[in-house]
Amino acid sequence: MNAPANKGRRRFLIAAGAVGGGLAVGSWWFYRKRDMLAAPDTLTADAGESIFNAWLKITAEGRIVVQVPRQEMGQGVLTSLPMLVAEELDVDFADVDFEQAPIAAVYGNAVMLGESVPYRPEDKSWVAEFTRLSQFKMGRVLGLQSTGGSSSVRDAWEPMRQAGATARAMLLTAGARRLSVNPNQCAIENGHIIHTDSGRRLGIGEIAADAAALPMPTDIKLKDRSAFRILGTAQPRLDIPEKVNGSAMFGIDARPPGMIYAALRHAPVFGGEIATLDGKVAQEMPGVHAVMKLPGTSMTNAAVAVVADHYWQAKKALAKVEVAWDDGSHAGHDTDEQRTRYMKMLESEEGRTYDTAGDVESVFATATKTLESSYFAPYLAHATMEPINCTAVVRANDSAEVWVGNQGPPIVRLVVGKAAGIDTDQVTVHTPYLGGGFGRRTEMDVVMQAGQIASRMKDTPVQLIWSREEDIQHDLYRPMGAATMRAAFDSDGGFAGFESKVVGQSCIYGLVSRLMPGMESNLMKDRTLAEGVFDLPYAIPNRRVGHVLAEEPVPVGFWRSVGHSHHAFFAEAFIDECAAIAGKDPYKFRRELLTHSPRHQKVLETAAEAAGWGSPLPEGVGRGIALAESFGSIVAQVADVELLDGEVKVHRVTCAIDCGFAVNPDTVVAQMESGIIFGLTAALFGEITIKNGRVQQSNFPDYPMVHLREAPAIDVHLIESGVEHIGGVGEPGTPPIAPAVANALYTLTGKRIRALPIRV
Amino acid sequence: MTALNVNGQSLDVDAEADTPLLWVIRDHLNMTGTKFGCGVAACGACTVLLDGQPIRSCVLPLSAASSGQAITTIEGLSTDGAPHPVQQAWIDHQVPQCGYCQSGMILATVALLNSNARPSDDEINSTVTNVCRCGTYPRVRKAIHALADAIDPTEVTS
Repeated sequence: MNAPANKGRRRFLIAAGAVGGGLAVGSWWFYRKRDMLAAPDTLTADAGESIFNAWLKITAEGRIVVQVPRQEMGQGVLTSLPMLVAEELDVDFADVDFEQAPIAAVYGNAVMLGESVPYRPEDKSWVAEFTRLSQFKMGRVLGLQSTGGSSSVRDAWEPMRQAGATARAMLLTAGARRLSVNPNQCAIENGHIIHTDSGRRLGIGEIAADAAALPMPTDIKLKDRSAFRILGTAQPRLDIPEKVNGSAMFGIDARPPGMIYAALRHAPVFGGEIATLDGKVAQEMPGVHAVMKLPGTSMTNAAVAVVADHYWQAKKALAKVEVAWDDGSHAGHDTDEQRTRYMKMLESEEGRTYDTAGDVESVFATATKTLESSYFAPYLAHATMEPINCTAVVRANDSAEVWVGNQGPPIVRLVVGKAAGIDTDQVTVHTPYLGGGFGRRTEMDVVMQAGQIASRMKDTPVQLIWSREEDIQHDLYRPMGAATMRAAFDSDGGFAGFESKVVGQSCIYGLVSRLMPGMESNLMKDRTLAEGVFDLPYAIPNRRVGHVLAEEPVPVGFWRSVGHSHHAFFAEAFIDECAAIAGKDPYKFRRELLTHSPRHQKVLETAAEAAGWGSPLPEGVGRGIALAESFGSIVAQVADVELLDGEVKVHRVTCAIDCGFAVNPDTVVAQMESGIIFGLTAALFGEITIKNGRVQQSNFPDYPMVHLREAPAIDVHLIESGVEHIGGVGEPGTPPIAPAVANALYTLTGKRIRALPIRV
Repeated sequence: MTALNVNGQSLDVDAEADTPLLWVIRDHLNMTGTKFGCGVAACGACTVLLDGQPIRSCVLPLSAASSGQAITTIEGLSTDGAPHPVQQAWIDHQVPQCGYCQSGMILATVALLNSNARPSDDEINSTVTNVCRCGTYPRVRKAIHALADAIDPTEVTS
């Protein structure tokens, strides 16, 4: 096996940030305030609709049509984003509908990039602040209209409330004019503009056209928290009724007229190509239109595809295609070897420093006690319930239309344009519901392939569906990671020094190399390589946190909570070990290290108290705790765990979250439940292994999931610390569960769990 | 042509005999509420009712289905436009997230409650074995128990 060279030659960074940094130098316009309300030309009004701004239309009947530029994958954005508008508009939430926003720069996600800088949250140095601002502005300039990083509500928080408040002022002005009264004496109630003294009223639909024609006011004051009627109150999700009767349309449900199907099989080894292909038998099978080679690209291995009238015909014919693969140079890849090599790299390589404070060398040299442990986490597949698919038609007039559950419509447009060799603006993207995203639908592999296939089947819509086996074996995996962690205790037993080094691949570099092959830049470190370790909240005076970059043929990508997904396990399992060395209760040990941060302390206390920390447990049940801050939210979890005939049974998880302010509280609860179960699947079962360059798992029987029978009871406690601390919720539920369960098992067995998935 | 009885309608299907019922429903009949998840009967996204019994339609060939059997898909669950009680419970408890697995989850629950109006947790665990990647399980369990509590035991027929 050739171990790829790792000399720190590449600096894996955020491409957008690199471009942003370049633009930022001397570009005054880059930092100017941008108008987040101006409606793009591409936002169109149906008959009777009036466009107020980029986010909001009102119909003649008084319906509020909110533009949602983020994708719904179960996280509830189709409800929580419209809530922001409805609150400031003073309308009833029942009068609100959602619509998918068109692709336009105004909808760029600035928070997602702004959050991606490799600085600790409390670092307010000019370098950190400048980089954050550059990234933030870049998100706007690039129009990075993507959904990820648990950022949707945070990004929408200002502009969508502004959009509602501005429209409200315009409605009041126009309504008062019509009623010949002073706008200050009017209010919006029950869909009407009401003159408070006389009780005279006008439906907002009646006045919408007049109001929308008024100049947009600029001196709008947003509501204080105390005035919220909708925000902070559980609202039923707008997408649920159609998700219980089969009418919700996912990407795989697209049915453009005349659509046919494609099935494919990838070269089994990463980077593999097709040596020879014989499709004669397949070509003659019923319904088959074409047997084709899809060349390997920066996004995918080479593949053979069969196009047929029906999916089953395509799948059957695919099995009859004779292919000899050219395995290329990675046919020896083996994750056991990789793991061994990672442990050696941790010893021999310095890596990059992400956090340093105090004097680690001398603290370890003079410590009365030290501790060192190594940790490991495997590759993981996403396994979204909706298998990977994309439907596309490329027309003879050089236009294209595509239907795909995706986390970034502008990138879909670019990729299809490139695959079909047509102008980007001739590509129309439809984003139906996503049957799970978890980061997987940020990737454009299937979009590129569907574009390639549709280009060869002009004017015929083709739906390409990957089998579950292709999904599991050709994913962009959560990186494998290993870590060594060291702690030093002073003569008073104080936690004086912490040193950590993680080794693994970069998801950011992976994504950039797939989308923009050959692009290299080194203006900024990839934050995700150390997040959850370099930004630990505990008061430890002497620290050094580094990362050793690995390059492997296995493609890696964003997987719900990204670096936090395994780093929280490394860090919080290790903190538990430290508590034991210090002879302290693991909850109290953490609590004492958080006296400087009341928010973290309160989250930890809430979870511990609600779980009954310290109270006697039934025979055979152990309890573990873990804390992790990610995506702007702080989460603590306590797991009650039993070992039954050698199997881990998690009975109950008590979860506390401080996401600042919960816009739709029931959604926050649901996302904690979801994140915990997602993380529990990884903790108990999740493992992708590779032998001879081939992924060994293929479907749910050998890549198992938590089912109802393994799902614990989950209690979620929300802590409100203020709208100024608003944080994400889609991902932060995932990181703490693996260490909480591992720490609970230690109390039962006396053995530390230092590798995932958990084996006892 | 094969005749099928889907949601009370007689339908003729022109598909090869080994085509799994899943693909007949989705791709020949264009009823997309029934979902493809794994193709190996492991996840339950493709669950439909065959004479009231839950089956994993991704592994049932068309040749094994006949017009004498009543096939119920998610589209045929509600009558007169009103949600079926299980669908209503799913709305009340805000169960779905991405929603992709929920057609199968709901039909598995309908079949369970039809045969066992008050299932224990163990009975729920062993009969509703569908995979949900969003982890809606705690709400699925709550909704099933709420449905059981709402059923008047004197009206239960099996």
